[in-house]
Amino acid sequence: MIGLVNGVVWGPGGPVRSDVWVEGDTVVAVGAAPGPVEEVRDVTGMLVGPGFVDLHAHLRDPGQTWKEDLVSGTRAAAAGGFTAVVAMPNTTPATDTVDLVEDMRRRAGLEAVVLVVPAAALTVRREGKEPVDLEALHGAGVRVFTDDGDWVSDDAVIEELMMAAARLPGAVIAQHAEEPVLSAGGHMHEGELSRRLGVAGIPPAAEHEAVARDLLIAAATGATYHVQHVSSASTLDLVAEARERGVRVTVEVTPHHLDFDTGDLESLDPNLKMYPPLREPGDRIALREALVAGLIDAVATDHAPHLAGEKEVGFADSARGVIGLETAASVVWGVGQDPDLLFGSLSARPARIAGVGRHGHPVEPGSPANLVVFDPDRRWTPQQFHSRSANSPYLGRELTGRVALTLYEGSIVHEETP
Amino acid sequence: MKALLDVGSIGAAGLRGLLDRARDHADALRAGERVVPSLDGRVVGLLFFEPSTRTRVSFDLAAKRLGATVLVLDPDRSSINKGESLRDTVLTVSSIGAEILVVRHSEARSPALVHTWTGRPVINAGDGTNQHPTQALADCLTLEERFGSIQGLCVAIVGDIVHSRVAGSLVDALRTLGAEVILVGPDAMLPENDLPRSGDLDEVLAEVDVVYLLRIQRERGVEASDDYQSRFQLDFDRSARMKPEAVVMHPGPINRGVEISVEVADGPRSLILDQVACGVPVRMAALEAVGGIDW
Repeated sequence: MIGLVNGVVWGPGGPVRSDVWVEGDTVVAVGAAPGPVEEVRDVTGMLVGPGFVDLHAHLRDPGQTWKEDLVSGTRAAAAGGFTAVVAMPNTTPATDTVDLVEDMRRRAGLEAVVLVVPAAALTVRREGKEPVDLEALHGAGVRVFTDDGDWVSDDAVIEELMMAAARLPGAVIAQHAEEPVLSAGGHMHEGELSRRLGVAGIPPAAEHEAVARDLLIAAATGATYHVQHVSSASTLDLVAEARERGVRVTVEVTPHHLDFDTGDLESLDPNLKMYPPLREPGDRIALREALVAGLIDAVATDHAPHLAGEKEVGFADSARGVIGLETAASVVWGVGQDPDLLFGSLSARPARIAGVGRHGHPVEPGSPANLVVFDPDRRWTPQQFHSRSANSPYLGRELTGRVALTLYEGSIVHEETP
Repeated sequence: MKALLDVGSIGAAGLRGLLDRARDHADALRAGERVVPSLDGRVVGLLFFEPSTRTRVSFDLAAKRLGATVLVLDPDRSSINKGESLRDTVLTVSSIGAEILVVRHSEARSPALVHTWTGRPVINAGDGTNQHPTQALADCLTLEERFGSIQGLCVAIVGDIVHSRVAGSLVDALRTLGAEVILVGPDAMLPENDLPRSGDLDEVLAEVDVVYLLRIQRERGVEASDDYQSRFQLDFDRSARMKPEAVVMHPGPINRGVEISVEVADGPRSLILDQVACGVPVRMAALEAVGGIDW
């Protein structure tokens, strides 16, 4: 039996000072040890809660394993306190069949250190034309469907998919909401900076239009729709309004959209190039407020590993995206220093959206031992990563709050050595 | 100074130092001194990823007058056209032995990247629509040679300012040196900042000491409206309404008959060729500055 003693435990009634006892893959007691103890960690001053669940990670495996693979990606996840990671299907080949889903699960079962939850593509080869066999994939346990990286723009295709998804319990249609005509060729937010530096821009309207169309069809079909990595304030208004009408819609935001905006882009740092792009300071503030207010359900990393040679080629040619698994919890902690926000937006709500039953539960006797210990006072400066790639905007920037320990199904899969 | 990437980051003292040194070089050239071998034997790499005639030739001559060996990368014949990345190209040129890199590129901030990748001294010879510091320095030297000081001058910059890297640097330099700047042009060609601006050239013409004209950057997707010439071309009549001592400048290449009329371009107010001439001593000073030469 492993004990985590003297921590602040995020339980069903909120945070309480207590000890957590784990036997096998289960939390057996919160409070006094129920039996002989083998191992104890003193976690005084630290938060103990359910392991984080990432709705949005690119593990690059199969196809681009020089950037990341199931081993390095899940080690990075464990280091960031994640016990479950939804793997985006833009692999090579794209995850668009039951066989490919099962192959990923089988390999993850052998190699990965935390749970890998394959998301499936919405369309065959992610080409936006022919819907995948949603029912078969749902039968194989897939809940999150997305062509992430590309928005399914064809109205008839997305309508067919949403109609099918509406009949499948727990199925979520998740979209990378960027209308391809408006965003074509762009590399950053369209605004004063893009015009001054002569960099092709992507207007917020590209996101607004995509989400508006998707919400219309979600409302008509009754499907559950998930907005990936929301970037602009105007999109939030659309979502709030749709939710009031009863549309089943959830929203995620990335850590980097909470922390950075066009004001940080003067130097055209390639580690601040991603799609959707960083937007204006007002958008960033609106995203933080919407997260605190609960309009945004989850923080999802959009962990997108690339090697230095793929990023450091000039802003326009730079690969898109940044890594985020190992720094996300620190960023969310920085938003409100609030345990409910931390475990709500990084664990309980994303676990519910992705349908991962053994994750995201408040810590109490009988809950699964997928746990994270988070030290809220620890200051640290990321210098290297467990990820195979290091394309992080947080390289060299001091953060407050750090994951100290991660337990996956009762086993310690990451422990920070101070 | 490890790199000359933009005007803003070198500060007033850096700007003053470069201009004073450039003036010394200009005086020496006029006195018949053809070579000042302060960079004797050093290798200057000219990496022009965008077409250029005047800036490239000016840097070439400046480096040679300092005794340096010049290595010219010709984009038409180099591996850039074989898909080699910018990073690989500049690391190659740096490894071949180019010690000071002069970089022009269509993308803003590229010279800063080259500086980071190579660790070599870098001069920005124009990056996209961002900055072109040595042109601004040449313009400032031209103005100082004509007026003695830039302090208190009123300069109207006219034309496609938002797409002009020259304007980006020039505005910073002129304001640092105490000039007043007013931006003139159609709304779509003016940047979003809080500098004084006007959409009416005739309204400002009689008030300014310098009319600085810019060409319309068709290669960046801008087209002049049908009434551009009637509203903004500096023609003989407008030139006649300027103050007696006022001058006309243009960084080139000029489009005669568009932003400037033929007779004004060649007329007595025109400092256009003085600007070109000042380019060489300014670039000599810039190469020395990043090359670590103490003055």
